[in-house]
Amino acid sequence: MSASNTTTITSIGAPNRRNTELALLVFAVLIPVFAYANVGLAKNDSVPAGLLGYGVGLGLLAGIAHLLVRKFAPYADPLMLPIATLLNGLGLVLIWRLDQEPSLGKAMAPNQLMWSTLGVALFVGVLVFLKDHRILQRYTYISMMLALALLIAPIFFPGVNGAKIWVTLPGIGSLQPGEFAKIVITVFFAGYLMVKRDALALASRRFMGLYLPRGRDLGPILVIWVFSLLILVFETDLGTSLLFFGLFVIMLYVATERTSWIVFGLLLSAGGAVVVSSIEPHVKERVQNWLHPLRLAPNGGVTETAQTMYAFGSGGIFGSGLGQGYSRLIGGIAPKSDYILATVGEELGLAGLMAVLLLYALLIERGVRTALAARDPFGKLLAIGLSGAFALQVFVVAGGVTGLIPLTGMTMPFLAQGGSSVIANWALVAILLRISDTARRPAPSPAPSPDAEPTQVVRTQ
Amino acid sequence: MNKPLRRVAVFCGLLVLALLLRVNYVQFVQADQLSNDVHNRRVAINQYAQPRGDIIVDGKAITGHTTTTGSDFKYKRTYVDGPMWAPVTGHASQAFGTTFLEGVEDKFLTGNDDRLFFNRTIDLLTGKEKQGGNVVTTLNPKAQEAAFKGLGDKKGAVVALDPGTGAILAMASTPSYDPSSIAGNSKTDEKNWVALDKKNDPDDPTQNRALRQTYPPGSTFKLVTAAAALESGAVTDVNAHTDTPKHYTLPGTTTELKNEGNIPCEKATLTVALQYSCNTVFGHVGADKVGLKGMVDEAEKFGFNEEQFVPVRADKSNFDTKMTKDQVALSSIGQFDTAATPLQMAMVASAIANDGKLMKPYMVDKLVAPNLSTIAQTNPSEMSQPLSPENAQKLQSMMETVVNSGTGTNARIDGVRVGGKTGTAQNGVDNKGTPYAWFVSYAMTDQGSPVAVAVVIEDGDANRDDISGGGLAAPVAKKVMEAVLNK
Repeated sequence: MSASNTTTITSIGAPNRRNTELALLVFAVLIPVFAYANVGLAKNDSVPAGLLGYGVGLGLLAGIAHLLVRKFAPYADPLMLPIATLLNGLGLVLIWRLDQEPSLGKAMAPNQLMWSTLGVALFVGVLVFLKDHRILQRYTYISMMLALALLIAPIFFPGVNGAKIWVTLPGIGSLQPGEFAKIVITVFFAGYLMVKRDALALASRRFMGLYLPRGRDLGPILVIWVFSLLILVFETDLGTSLLFFGLFVIMLYVATERTSWIVFGLLLSAGGAVVVSSIEPHVKERVQNWLHPLRLAPNGGVTETAQTMYAFGSGGIFGSGLGQGYSRLIGGIAPKSDYILATVGEELGLAGLMAVLLLYALLIERGVRTALAARDPFGKLLAIGLSGAFALQVFVVAGGVTGLIPLTGMTMPFLAQGGSSVIANWALVAILLRISDTARRPAPSPAPSPDAEPTQVVRTQ
Repeated sequence: MNKPLRRVAVFCGLLVLALLLRVNYVQFVQADQLSNDVHNRRVAINQYAQPRGDIIVDGKAITGHTTTTGSDFKYKRTYVDGPMWAPVTGHASQAFGTTFLEGVEDKFLTGNDDRLFFNRTIDLLTGKEKQGGNVVTTLNPKAQEAAFKGLGDKKGAVVALDPGTGAILAMASTPSYDPSSIAGNSKTDEKNWVALDKKNDPDDPTQNRALRQTYPPGSTFKLVTAAAALESGAVTDVNAHTDTPKHYTLPGTTTELKNEGNIPCEKATLTVALQYSCNTVFGHVGADKVGLKGMVDEAEKFGFNEEQFVPVRADKSNFDTKMTKDQVALSSIGQFDTAATPLQMAMVASAIANDGKLMKPYMVDKLVAPNLSTIAQTNPSEMSQPLSPENAQKLQSMMETVVNSGTGTNARIDGVRVGGKTGTAQNGVDNKGTPYAWFVSYAMTDQGSPVAVAVVIEDGDANRDDISGGGLAAPVAKKVMEAVLNK
């Protein structure tokens, strides 16, 4: 056999999918631009004056992000950036659309555009400065301290609508530290579980087909459980509490491969939720609103929950068209933040809402795929943690707004108004891109073998 | 670690699936229910997003619209001669819903009716604003004006029917209100609405007394008793003496049923008994000759014990179906639990005037699309035949005697046969309340009867002796009949 017949698999020509990303980004920018024009035409019979500026602005943000991904994370997943851009762009249009309703107070789209810019800047920053996600592993316990601080901070500030999830800084505005804590705590869980997973996976007894963990290994899950219950009690926020506990259970399960943790997690969270929701009045009220969404308020008025259901119902299959719905009836600031999906449902209809939910699903799927593709356990845990947190958040918010589960105080990533949320989620996507870049990067080409004899490949793992 | 990762992926997929199922449930399965919920403000917003169609009387619109700003609603309803037409139109209010014709025909007036689908589609394609359809009524503006002015500042109601078709010619109720004053959703509208509430205005101006209030019909109910006597065969000759004693004691009791004043009732013929309104004769005939079953059958043929839809709902008039004999006697002269709406008594008069055939009352002649094509037309239909033609004619001659030489002389019209019956119904415990003055009548020309009227006046500023059907109510009925006859 001659050397010329040998085929070697090399990295040369391995597709990095950056052009796919660019093509998708064009759509991700064009769709919100058309949506923006659509709102203007529906509301004022004219193309909005800011259309060009908005289009160019969104295009620039996407373009810069794309170029830097090309440079610093060339093998990163090609779908995440376009989906994030599309969701963020649509969110801006929806907020601008709701700004057209005088009854909803001052305009918020310009601020949101500024926060989005900051978010993209952070996204770029993470890609440029975080050369390898494994660096984060060094900061496991610092992350823990930081996450604790972020989660505890809101207790010292006044609550908004009953939930204490805000930190109010005079002159700057309000921050939702929970959004950042979501990322930081994932880093901690990933680092911690990577080290401890073998110990936690040790089983003592088999009971009803489940390997029960040793009693002393129950410590960490109990601590996190108590902690999330404390959040629920002191910050009266079901969403944040559910998110952190769910996140921990998912990561624990992935790290140890023990189904028993899931069972324990479910039992603990169900027990905790039932107890707290029957004690804490704010949570109790939310549960009542969930059970009876259309019930009138004590003063005879229509509740926000009912208004939201009416918005969804009135949207029907195809929706009223952007700018032609009445989700402003929900009133206050909520339509732009917590209830933004109601506007999607009413104006874009069931079709539009399902499309948006599928965009989220796709982003989550890319995140989970990144976890599968990652080669190091820390990367796997970090990626599944971030995607899991994202998925839980989407579920908790969308489920709450549509009445599937009781409503909580979290916001729809990228879509909803809120600076902390949009910044934190851009950072989250950046970390996932960094992991996927590492995962998908072809291994350095091996040194040319001295002899051209075929080598037997041995699987060692 | 990949096995649990795949399971987590499936879990995330399930979360999304649950969301997708939920939004499909809300926006597809529940959509109709939610979008039409009474508390969903979009319903009202859509109602007033385009000019509402008009309610038409004799070729002229009695409604209109103006544009409003500063609220969810683009158009506001206006009314021409609002108080006069209020019992017909009801109100269409941005804040307080719709009633009567505005309510019953709401979908047609707003243009949302399925029957206007074709028109809507054309409008959509040609870029025209959605338009509501018009409701053409059967009312006669002159008769309505005569009725409304005749009632004046007294409390009462008038219904006039065309006996040959059942078309409602006049429907007035006083005191009334101007629906324009509550059509918007401003503070003023709110204030007016509160002021109209029964709690704040004991006169209850928004009440449609013509359809939604039942009164004891008093002596006017003797027409039904007379009809029952003739139809059951208890009496065949209206000019033959009856065996009524001078003093009639209610069967099974020791209570004597008295007549009003000193009138010739002993052994009186049916004609004379109606002419003078003898309680004894009709009590005796109803309870002892016709009996409960015959009375109930006849009353129900006239429409008692049943809601009427014209198409606005009218309350059920009542004639008890389970009574002792003495109660039947009282009921036969329109007392005890007997109660009738003005519409019901107009139906009684119209059936007699139409030779015994009762036509179903209606007030919507046709529904007209914005492009003036007729979408629906009401055809007169027979509701029942309470009397044979011969018996109807006997009763007509009796009623004409009442007007010519009895208690109803105030309703006489020169050159026209007019038949009528007065009634002065008791009200309140031991008759302490002001009695209700009734008058039901019809006019007859060579071409048959063009109009039958029922008038009830609740509350005269006169004392008990002065108030009587003949004195208060008959002149109003006369004016309404003259208006229809063009006199």
